[in-house]
Amino acid sequence: MKGNEALAEAAIRAGCRHYFGYPITPQTEIAAYMAKRMPKVGGTFLQAESEVAAINMVLGAAAAGVRAMTSSSSPGISLKSEGISYIAACDLPCLIVDVMRGGPGLGGIQPSQADYWQVTRGLGHGDKQLLVFAPSTVQEMVDTVFNAYHKADTYRIPAVILADGMLGQMMEPVSFPDEDKAEAIEKPWATNGHKGKRTHNIVNSLLLKPEQLEQTVFERAKRYEQVKQNEQLWEEYRMEDATLAVVAYGASARIAMNAIDAARESGLQVGLIRPISLWPFPEKAIEAAAGKVQGFLCVEMSMGQMIEDVRLVVSGRKPVAFYGRTGGIIPTPDEVLCEIKKLMGGER
Amino acid sequence: MAIVYKKPSTLTDATLSYCPGCTHGIIQKLVAETIEELGIDGITIGVAPVGCSVTAYDYYTCDMVQAAHGRAPAVATGLKRSLPDNVVFTYQGDGDLAAIGTAETVHAATRGENITVIFVNNAIYGMTGGQMAPTTLPGQVTQTTPYGRDPKVAGWPVHVCEMLATLDGPAYLERVTVCDIPNIRKAKAAIKKAFQAQLAGKGFSMVEVVSTCPTNWGLTPVEALDWLKDNMLPYYPLGVYKDKTGEGEN
Repeated sequence: MKGNEALAEAAIRAGCRHYFGYPITPQTEIAAYMAKRMPKVGGTFLQAESEVAAINMVLGAAAAGVRAMTSSSSPGISLKSEGISYIAACDLPCLIVDVMRGGPGLGGIQPSQADYWQVTRGLGHGDKQLLVFAPSTVQEMVDTVFNAYHKADTYRIPAVILADGMLGQMMEPVSFPDEDKAEAIEKPWATNGHKGKRTHNIVNSLLLKPEQLEQTVFERAKRYEQVKQNEQLWEEYRMEDATLAVVAYGASARIAMNAIDAARESGLQVGLIRPISLWPFPEKAIEAAAGKVQGFLCVEMSMGQMIEDVRLVVSGRKPVAFYGRTGGIIPTPDEVLCEIKKLMGGER
Repeated sequence: MAIVYKKPSTLTDATLSYCPGCTHGIIQKLVAETIEELGIDGITIGVAPVGCSVTAYDYYTCDMVQAAHGRAPAVATGLKRSLPDNVVFTYQGDGDLAAIGTAETVHAATRGENITVIFVNNAIYGMTGGQMAPTTLPGQVTQTTPYGRDPKVAGWPVHVCEMLATLDGPAYLERVTVCDIPNIRKAKAAIKKAFQAQLAGKGFSMVEVVSTCPTNWGLTPVEALDWLKDNMLPYYPLGVYKDKTGEGEN
């Protein structure tokens, strides 16, 4: 099954019945799949007039207490940033999918990872965070959807799945978890009509008194701290005796794995740390490795964005090198292998 | 003693934030009376805009969502599509609805989205201190048109009811005012009809209420009402611009 379609089917099976979107390459398969499937399962597919409207429709649906979703690609995600800030400020759970393409500007339509900063740092104004997940296989796309909804509902934080054109278009076999695995979480805060049984619920982000706003941001920050403690996700590959740790996520991680296997054949002790959650960033994994390895190599399809999070944790203790391609160019395993050899002093 | 007048039960006891003579208070009360009379407080969700009525979420006893500037119809769409058996209304000013939120307004209307929009047109941005609105009249002095709105520079006002009436989606569009008692009665009837249209599943309904802003117009409340009658009403004629509520079964 194609990555984008698998992700859409997984959302439906996780209980999403409300999809709002706007066409943009390379994620249109998600919208097309939703348009076909939603009417069959009694759900809503709505093609909005803009990305701005689509994300605000998600806000309305999330306020109503249902599992809602939108998907887009980099320039479209930029447009959604206003609504995402409001959703985060209203403590509403929802799912946003960003199938990244090359930028800035209209950029290109080929795979890229240049939205790392946008999604982990810059998506909307104010002191806020989003849950960010970066799957690297089609099966993981499916599993991540379930996890993303569950964590979003649990913590009342919007979740982003960060994929790229390569994963979205890739075909791989998948199996879907049972639908009843999608645990329902009570939402007593939802604005779904009080029916005379409770006082009115208000979903709002306006707090004109500075003390009240500061207090609300403080309380939200406590929740973020809990997330940072409990929800870091990563995978390690051949790290046991590694002296060089490659750090890569998503499609880059798949390429890095091939390069690592080839390097191991030349006797080089190199392993991979693959962040699955980008926020919270798996600081624990980098911290543990910083005490063991001699250096790090970040591989990204960008000019180097995630590397800042790695350097923050490493904090100057070990060298952190970078190799990246951008603009829609996918690095080959050979390029990465060459970089590993350069760093480890092996033959070239 | 007999009670001859009381606040609708669908308004909270919160103190309104409006200036003396502002007609928001009247319009919000008409909406609250409608919700009370139709017995729909428990199933209604209101969407507050950005502007002077941003804190409307504190005034109504029904569930409320506060939307970003101009996005109320999109938020209302998300709510209504998730809760088709509930009643969803937005309460928006002219800058919110006809400038920054034009796309959301036009497309909710053309989709025939089954929501009710209360549109308060007072020809100025009140909350930010009196700048030109999309409905500011030609020649009208505002903070950002200090020599009067020159259409050659600042463009022409938007006639929202007339514009939306060209679309097939809306079920009911009417422009009313609240400048005197007979007109307040008509406004109430229009607002009630708009909510009833939604309850009957007829589609998009909007009531535009020509309103005042004494503070930013630089007039007393009474002068503001006269200015409205002399200047606003000739430019924004009252009346029904679309009414498909009597058509067929939906």
